[in-house]
Formats: sequence, C-alpha cells, structure tokens
Amino acid sequence: MTPTYYLLLSALLFTIGAVGVLVRRNAIVVFMCVELMLNAVNLSLVTFSRINGGLDGQIMAFFVMVVAAAEVVVGLAIIMSIFRTRRTASVDDSNLLKY
Amino acid sequence: MSVMSSVLLLAQEQAPAAPVRAEAPPVTAIWPILIVLGAACLSVLFEALLPKDLRWSFQVALTLLTIAAAGVKLITYVSDAPAAGETAMFGTLAVDRPALFLWGTLLALSLGAVLLIADRSVEPGGSFVATAAIRPGTVQDRAQVASTGMQTEVFPLTLFALGGMMTFCAANDLLTMFVALEVLSLPLYLMCGLARRRRLLSQEAAVKYFLLGAFASAFFLYGVALLYGYAGSVRLADIAEAAAGSDRSDTLLFAGMGLLVVGLLFKAAVGPFHTWTPDVYQGAPTPVTAFMAACTKVAAFGGILRVLQVALESTQWEWRGVLWGVAIVSMVIGAVLGLTQTDVKRMIAYSSVAHAGFLLIGSIAVTDKGLSSTLFYLLTYGFTTIATFGVISLVRDSSGEATHLSQWAGLAKRSPLLAGVFTFLLLALAGIPLTSGFVGKFVVFEAALSDGMGPLVVVALVASAVAAFFYLRVIVLMYFSEPAADGPTVTVPGAFTTAAITLGVIITLLLGIAPAFALDWASSGVFAIR
Repeated sequence: MTPTYYLLLSALLFTIGAVGVLVRRNAIVVFMCVELMLNAVNLSLVTFSRINGGLDGQIMAFFVMVVAAAEVVVGLAIIMSIFRTRRTASVDDSNLLKY
Repeated sequence: MSVMSSVLLLAQEQAPAAPVRAEAPPVTAIWPILIVLGAACLSVLFEALLPKDLRWSFQVALTLLTIAAAGVKLITYVSDAPAAGETAMFGTLAVDRPALFLWGTLLALSLGAVLLIADRSVEPGGSFVATAAIRPGTVQDRAQVASTGMQTEVFPLTLFALGGMMTFCAANDLLTMFVALEVLSLPLYLMCGLARRRRLLSQEAAVKYFLLGAFASAFFLYGVALLYGYAGSVRLADIAEAAAGSDRSDTLLFAGMGLLVVGLLFKAAVGPFHTWTPDVYQGAPTPVTAFMAACTKVAAFGGILRVLQVALESTQWEWRGVLWGVAIVSMVIGAVLGLTQTDVKRMIAYSSVAHAGFLLIGSIAVTDKGLSSTLFYLLTYGFTTIATFGVISLVRDSSGEATHLSQWAGLAKRSPLLAGVFTFLLLALAGIPLTSGFVGKFVVFEAALSDGMGPLVVVALVASAVAAFFYLRVIVLMYFSEPAADGPTVTVPGAFTTAAITLGVIITLLLGIAPAFALDWASSGVFAIR
C-alpha cells in the first residue's frame, strides 16, 4: 500500500476536525475536534517520515502528543470553569462579549 | 600507512576549528531564555511551598529580578556577540541580531507588564481573582471581591509565556517554533480567565481565546507537517534550500506555507484572523491585555519575519500578493470597525488590528530595511500599548474599570494629568510627529516604498488617517464634553503602575524625538543563520 493513502486519510481527518470546530456547539466537542486535527497531523508526520526515510517525523509526533496533552489540561480547566458558572458548555451561550 | 597519514591530516585540519567553538560555548547565547524558564519553574515551587501571605512579595521580587538578570545577561552578551550569529541547543535556536533585539524588546516590555500585573493599589488586592475556583455570582464570590488576596500563579504563568515568546522569535526550526508557540499561548489562555471583577466576561474571553487559539495552532502544525513532507526537514534553512531549486511537489509547499502563515497571522491578530482580538482584549484583566497586546505581537511578528525572510524568501513572489491583500484587509478592518466601538479596550483592540496591518507591510518587504523598520515599529508600538492599558486601568467606578466611552466624557476636567497622558498616547498610536508612532510608521512606509510597494503605502496612509479619527474622537470627548454626574473617578496609581506608565510614556516620547539609537540597534544585523 502506498503511503499516499495515509496522507489522504490524514487530510480527510483534518478536514473533518476543522469542519467540526466550525459547526459543533458544545465546547467539549469543539475541543475534541481540535484534538482530531492534531492527531491527523501526527498521522501525516509519521507518513512523511516513512516517505522521507528518516525518524524526524516520528519524533515530532511525540512532541505533538505532549503538547496536545498540555493543551487538554489547560482547555478542560477553562471549559470546566465556564461550565460551573453557566451550567452549560455551549459556545453559543458565551455571548456577553460582542460588537 | 596512508590511513595513518590521512588520519593525521584530518586531525591537523580539525585542530584549528576546535578553539573557535570553545571561544563561544553555545549556552552563553541563550542565558536569557534559560534564566526566564528556570525562574518560572522556581516560581511554581514558590506557589507550592510558601505560605499564602508571603507568596505575592516573593513572586514579585523573583519575577522582577529574573527580568533584570536576563536583561543584564543579554546586554553583556550583545557587546561581544558574533556578527554572523550563532546557533544553540543543537541548532534549534538561532541567536542573531534580530533575535537579540526582539529579546531585549520582550524583556523591556514584560517589565512594564509585570509592574501592571503586580500592582495592588489601583484595585485593592490586585486585578486578579483571589480564588479562581469560586463560582462567579455566589456569596463567596462577593466576599472575595472585598478580600485582598490574589492568585499569584499569574507570575509563573507570565514567566512561562515570556520564555515561550523569547524561544519563538529565535526558533530555527518549525518544531521548536510550534512548541514555543504553545508554551507562550497556554499560560495566556489561563491568565485571560483570572479577572477579579466581571468574571463572566473574563472566563468567556478565556474560552474564546483557547478554542480559537488551539484551532489556529492545529493549522500551524499541519503546515509544519506538509513543509516537512516537502523539504524532508523542518529546519528553516533546509526549507529555503528545498524551495529554491527542486522539482518536488509544489502542492505540498504552497499548502504548507499557507497553513503555517495562517497560524502565525492568527497569533499576531492580523486582518481576517483577528476575530478573537476584541473579545479577548476586552474580557481579559487589563494588565494581562497589556502583556498580550505588546509582547505577543512582538513575538508573533518576530516569528513571521523569520519564517518569511529565512524559510520562504525564495518563494516570495508566490506569497507576496496574498499578504498584500491580507495587510490591506487588516488595516481596513482595524480602521473602519474601530470607528464604531463604544468600549475603550475594544477600540484599542481594533487599533491593534490596524497596527498589525502596518507591521505586515514592513514584514513583506523582504529587505534589510523592511526587517529593521518592523523591529523598530514593534518596539514603539509595544511601549505605547503598555502605557495605554496602564492608563485605562486607572479610570474606575464602583463596579471596576469604566471602559465605556461615554463614561470618559469630560475626564480632562476631573484629571487633567491623566487626560493629557492618554491624549499623548493616542496621538502616538495615530502616528503624529514627535511621538514614536510617527517614526515607526515613517520607517516602515519608507522601507515599503523602496521595495516597490507604493499602492500599499497609499492604502496604509488612508487607513491611518481613518484610524486617527477615532483616536481624536476620544480626545475630543475627554476635553470638550461635560462630565457625567455619576461619572468614574480617576484612581491615584501606586508606585508600580506609575512606573509602568512613566516607562511607556518616556520611551514613546524619546523614540519620537531621538530615534537614532534604537534605529541603529534595530538595523545592526539581519537574520544571519540560514
């Protein structure tokens, strides 16, 4: 199987994630879509690593995982705090700041 | 025999190279970053180990000392830094003249921002919440508004963000740049949500900033992956080399470049990627807004400059047209939407979008002049912004800061000094002569003109004229309106806020009258590590 298919799969996953961020309303789901985008990138990093014949891409995927984990910590803390205040995690309800 | 002699030959050849390396061990160059990040870790330990009533004084002392120590290390290094720059940390950091200039700018600006963050006189107990976990609107929350404690975690967060920013503008490969981007962003997301008053707005700002920021960094990262696939390396110089002459797939290059630049433009709050800016600037605690507006902009444009001038220089004719458009959109959005704002912090946010457009003009002039003028503009804009937000934090009523423009009517009659200082800062943002804003705009436009971007400069001049209108509107409001009966009062600032505002105002004036020193420093070298 050629590596190109993995690149296409990763592009597809990335697009699903990006569309999800734009159309979903629950902050947790939006955040999960961002994570999907990051993991799609991991897939393409590993594939490129295979195509280029080095290990750089695989090492980078580890870095991305660590960063994504740190992002989860910060993100869930922020979403939790707003959920406790408003009893909802919908991004449409956070609408005090506008114009 | 021949093997022996060749080994000897090799040894002879290598011998002279060794002392050069020993002369400047790579670590001396990055002491400022190491100090800042090390102190950030120490500061986390302070949070864990010190009793609550000691934390504030220890944290403030540590943070200020750290910035001072990093500044001293930087100055001692600058005096004998190699003109060709050097790399550190196995080639992942490029310490050249622009990086050193940006570090100096970041340290100086963060000194002002930390003074604002540490202030406890303007708002009793500081602008930060005492316990972020308490739910807004409850009895405990009302009690904590009156208490004098604050979440001192904001200091380690500031230091981590500062360390991330310094790494970001010296990053020599895209992976380092990505990690630094997250190290600078994650603390900022949290800091946005820590306001003592109007906590709903503050938390909302944090959520918006976080979701949009994470979205943008995913784009950045996908761009990194595609460029890695294109060039087989994430080193900026390798990407430039691969792009200069190869028969590889242009799709990867252009898609990667586009996604990468979108991620960077988001951080810099440029043009159509600015949607988070007004909300976050308004909702975040004002000292954090000052830190974000000044330092993040410096770091983000440092990164943009390095990526455009080092990695993507050879493809400039492909991206230049697009960034022309982005710069125009940014200036127009900033100037036109700024006109319609009724909140001072939002107005300054739109002004920062317009300024991002001006900065982008300097960045896309891929010349030495474009680089030095953008660096200088960043320095001037940063100091003016810090002082502006410092002044904004002083105008208060019983519910906290009075940021609605109608409350600023007739402020000159209540406090001529504050109105005078704010007028001066607004004139600097508008770019009136004798202020640093004028010199900054002048050098950027001059660099753009000499690089053949005449039409863009014309648009920029029109945009700055439109933007000048909304700054002048505030000045007119302060001087020629009757003050409202229940209007806000102007708090007498304590030593910290006074120092931060004075620093900003003096440098704004100084760079307006005698800019030669800073201009010389900004143009002392170009990105040397390629």
